[in-house]
Amino acid sequence: MDTLGIFFRSIFIDNMVFAYFLGMCSFLAVSKNVKTSFGLGVAVTFVLIITVPVNYLLDRYVLSAGALSWISPAFTDVSLDFLSFILFIAIIAAIVQILEMIIEKYSPTLYNSLGIFLPLIAVNCAILGASLFMQERHFDTVGQSLAYGFGSGIGWLIAIVGMAAIREKIRYSKIPKRLQGTGIAFIITGLMGIAFMAFLGISI
Amino acid sequence: MKNLNLITAPLRKANPITVLILGICSALAVTAKLKPAIVMALSVTVVTALSNLVISLLRKGIPSKIRIIVQLIVVATLVILVDQFLKAFVYDVSKQLSVFVGLIITNCIVMGRLEAFAMAHKPWESFLDGIGNGLGYGSILVIVAFFRELFGSGTLLGYQVIPQGLYDFGYVNNGLMILPPMTLIIIGIIIWLQKPEEEK
Repeated sequence: MDTLGIFFRSIFIDNMVFAYFLGMCSFLAVSKNVKTSFGLGVAVTFVLIITVPVNYLLDRYVLSAGALSWISPAFTDVSLDFLSFILFIAIIAAIVQILEMIIEKYSPTLYNSLGIFLPLIAVNCAILGASLFMQERHFDTVGQSLAYGFGSGIGWLIAIVGMAAIREKIRYSKIPKRLQGTGIAFIITGLMGIAFMAFLGISI
Repeated sequence: MKNLNLITAPLRKANPITVLILGICSALAVTAKLKPAIVMALSVTVVTALSNLVISLLRKGIPSKIRIIVQLIVVATLVILVDQFLKAFVYDVSKQLSVFVGLIITNCIVMGRLEAFAMAHKPWESFLDGIGNGLGYGSILVIVAFFRELFGSGTLLGYQVIPQGLYDFGYVNNGLMILPPMTLIIIGIIIWLQKPEEEK
């Protein structure tokens, strides 16, 4: 699969929210108005662009079976696969922390708009999910993993902004009283998911 | 009595999924069949209970600035143990769950309970709270998986439940139930049915 194909595939067909339900907690909690959703979406994309390639390199040169052979041929049978969860999450938490500091220092306006969301992102399932899917899919180059991270982020952004737009509209519609709030949010997400399944037939 | 309440409250009144909307992230993709859903529910219960216990024991020694990292490391260690255990004993289910076992780490229920409960309560209470929340979460998973497997493939735990006679009459499995978005719609309906109880 070429790099561009991976990019579009991860936006539409393997959409993080609608195909795998990742990042649902913040998806449902934040999607109340379009502006904040957009801010969170940008922050998630930003973190994904950095964490997925870094974790790719980590997986390729440290964790997977035989990856350590660049140090010495004696390590060819060593597989540190079982450590991947703990290392991935540590890398993600560290990168989020560093990003927060850098953004605070160099761009206070961006920090003010993203600020509250950044710490939350460390425990957003979509971020760890992207790294784990990246490991499972065995990409060939760093470029491919970058395309995957970027595409997943954009897919998440599209999903949350679309959801927020719908929720802003339905504020004025008559919904059965018991379904108001979370109930209807779940059902809308389900319907959007079904709509996104239309992309399944496309092979890239 | 109070301790019992810690276990029963999350099952209905304070259910993590339908009322608090936590932890929907990682596990809904595994509810197309009953068996992986049960395994997932048990894994989450074990991780929540044990991580609550460990964090509660450590709570006085954790500096509040780095608590998120400490919590993540404890949870990640437990999840690795669960993952290795599943790979060793139920390999086919662990293959089906694929990355979703790893995603228990970022499951909002685990982190949410650690932050909201274990950091401020004694070990035994925290342990019970973890079990309660794990079960409350698992119960929704199992209910959803039950309906999806029954209507989607006509089986339960892999055994044929809907008799062949019905198929001869022209009954067809509802393919829509197998698709992931139906999970959300079923949960929406569960929330709908549960609402009046909560208002009392």
